[in-house]
Amino acid sequence: MRTINYGKAISEAMHEEMLRDESVFILGEDMGVMGSVFGLTRGFMAEFGADRVIDTPISENGFVGMAVGAAIRGLRPVVELMYVDFAPLALDQIANQAAKMRYMTGGKVKVPLVVRAPGGAGRRNAAQHSQSLDALFTHIPGLKVVAPATPFDAKGLLKSAIRDDDPVVFLEHKFCYAMQGEVPEEEYVVPLGKADIKRPGRDVTIVAWSRQVIFALEAAKTLAAEGIEAEVVDIRSLVPLDFETISASVRKTHKVVVVHEAIKRGGYGAEIAAQIMEELFDWLDAPVKRVAGLNVVIPFSPALEDAVFPHVPEIVAGVKEVVR
Amino acid sequence: MALAHDNKAALDLYQDMYRVRQFDSMASKLFAEGKLAGNIHTCIGQEAVCVGACRAVAASDFIASTHRGHGHCLAKGGDARLMMAELFGKATGYCHGKGGSMHIADLDLGILGANGIVGAGIPIAAGSALASRIRKTGEVTLCFFGDAASNQGSFHEAVNMAAAWKLPVVFVCENNLYGVSVEIHRVTSVPDIAERAKAYGIPGTVADGNDVFSVLAAVTEAVERARRGDGPSLVECKTYRHHGHYEGDPQAYRSRDEVEKWKRRDPIVRLRAEILSGGMAGADEMAALEAAVDREIEAAVTFAAESPWPSASEATTCVYATDNDRSVAR
Repeated sequence: MRTINYGKAISEAMHEEMLRDESVFILGEDMGVMGSVFGLTRGFMAEFGADRVIDTPISENGFVGMAVGAAIRGLRPVVELMYVDFAPLALDQIANQAAKMRYMTGGKVKVPLVVRAPGGAGRRNAAQHSQSLDALFTHIPGLKVVAPATPFDAKGLLKSAIRDDDPVVFLEHKFCYAMQGEVPEEEYVVPLGKADIKRPGRDVTIVAWSRQVIFALEAAKTLAAEGIEAEVVDIRSLVPLDFETISASVRKTHKVVVVHEAIKRGGYGAEIAAQIMEELFDWLDAPVKRVAGLNVVIPFSPALEDAVFPHVPEIVAGVKEVVR
Repeated sequence: MALAHDNKAALDLYQDMYRVRQFDSMASKLFAEGKLAGNIHTCIGQEAVCVGACRAVAASDFIASTHRGHGHCLAKGGDARLMMAELFGKATGYCHGKGGSMHIADLDLGILGANGIVGAGIPIAAGSALASRIRKTGEVTLCFFGDAASNQGSFHEAVNMAAAWKLPVVFVCENNLYGVSVEIHRVTSVPDIAERAKAYGIPGTVADGNDVFSVLAAVTEAVERARRGDGPSLVECKTYRHHGHYEGDPQAYRSRDEVEKWKRRDPIVRLRAEILSGGMAGADEMAALEAAVDREIEAAVTFAAESPWPSASEATTCVYATDNDRSVAR
């Protein structure tokens, strides 16, 4: 199978959906002439025209709101927030408008909107360009929240998100853009709300998403060399959450480590851990362990930044705490 | 006031304004009696704006409304029975009781939705106009908002984009002089909101918001411009709300004299007098028209009062279109 990177996979998903459905259009900062700061829409404006690939001013609340309005009218906007750190500028439109519109109107209005938002630390972008705001979005009913780790999942999930009739916050990890992976030439989608076992194992379950899946797989290799077989469950969708896959894994391994890059306090890992405690307590041989970011602002210096979110050694250490 | 010579048009406008007045007066009365819960924002005194502006657009055009939105909804053809049932929180309401007074929408009538967040409907209206542009379907979107919303960033961001891209949207500012308790000129840099149009290179006009013909003329011109592809306009309609920001508002922030002064300029009293003095209709005809609307509002209340409550199990429906149960549970 051919190999492409995560950024190219996202680009292909948008391109294919724009060809497939005339109601799909793109708007955001630098999406047109520049082809996005990460190069994901390069050539799109020439191919689809300036009405379907729209360069917006730097007005996040305004253009996300316009996307909400266009979505209410039946179009399928794919909006990019250049960094997820800019989402707070548009939070009224995301949280109060897009997320609530269907419910508030008793199902009369739908908002088929995708908000793509690159996030994550590790690129020395400092405090306002490096956050993981996953839990912010999962706490808002009405939003679906997706965070792929691989090129295959990024492409298939983005296509599903664009076709979905609800607003989807699509969290991309900037560090994944250059990562290569197998992606078939032919059409496929990955459904929202379906986890994927990225590595089977019998001894411990590692639940992760986004870039931490990559670290968890590396950690699993290290652990395997020491005789510990970790199962890596990539949830892919945070909302809806495929708890059944997590549950089946935990009932097999009886031990679980939840890993995420975002800060630990109030993180989505706490939600997953709580659900496991509530529903699978009798199946557990050890307390659920969380390995997550420190409760700090993302610092600039490489010497500091790499110390504030989990890497392979922290995951390995976390697993060893529950597997004794 | 050339339009005033068309007797039928004047009577239709009067009927629509009178319906809005009676609906909101009824809502006010029901709230005072404890029959409605939550927040009720009436537009009593502002009826010429919603009715005049909506008369300037076609059934296929769109409007974005506000927290003070009953008048917009009725003026665009909303069903008083379904609206009243929604205010009651009943299963038969526009939103099946999930939205209440501030969230009524009906896309079949071009009503994109009221909004509980001041200024949030402005980008949404611009987005609706963008949809019309992309699809080349020719509709115009009317965007209602208050004077205070023009101090939100959303106003400036959306008006800028709509102007830069010449989108078919008309920004209709209902200047009722107050953002909740704050007199608008205490917190606003310009005497007329319409002046803000200059910053965006679009026409800004001031209409007498208590004269339905003034509103109709100004919005009609703006709608024609938008429909031609020449872009948005800002129409400021100077008006006044007779009631407080919300029902029960003690209104300590304004004087009795000020309220009485504006009540003497009541847009409905004014139009009624014009119709009678112009010989467009007789007193009997007017009384019959008013009685018919009164019966319509009474029927709406009866419908709402007699309608069932939504089942508690409905609280978890309509969060999502697909995977609703799964997404709500997890």
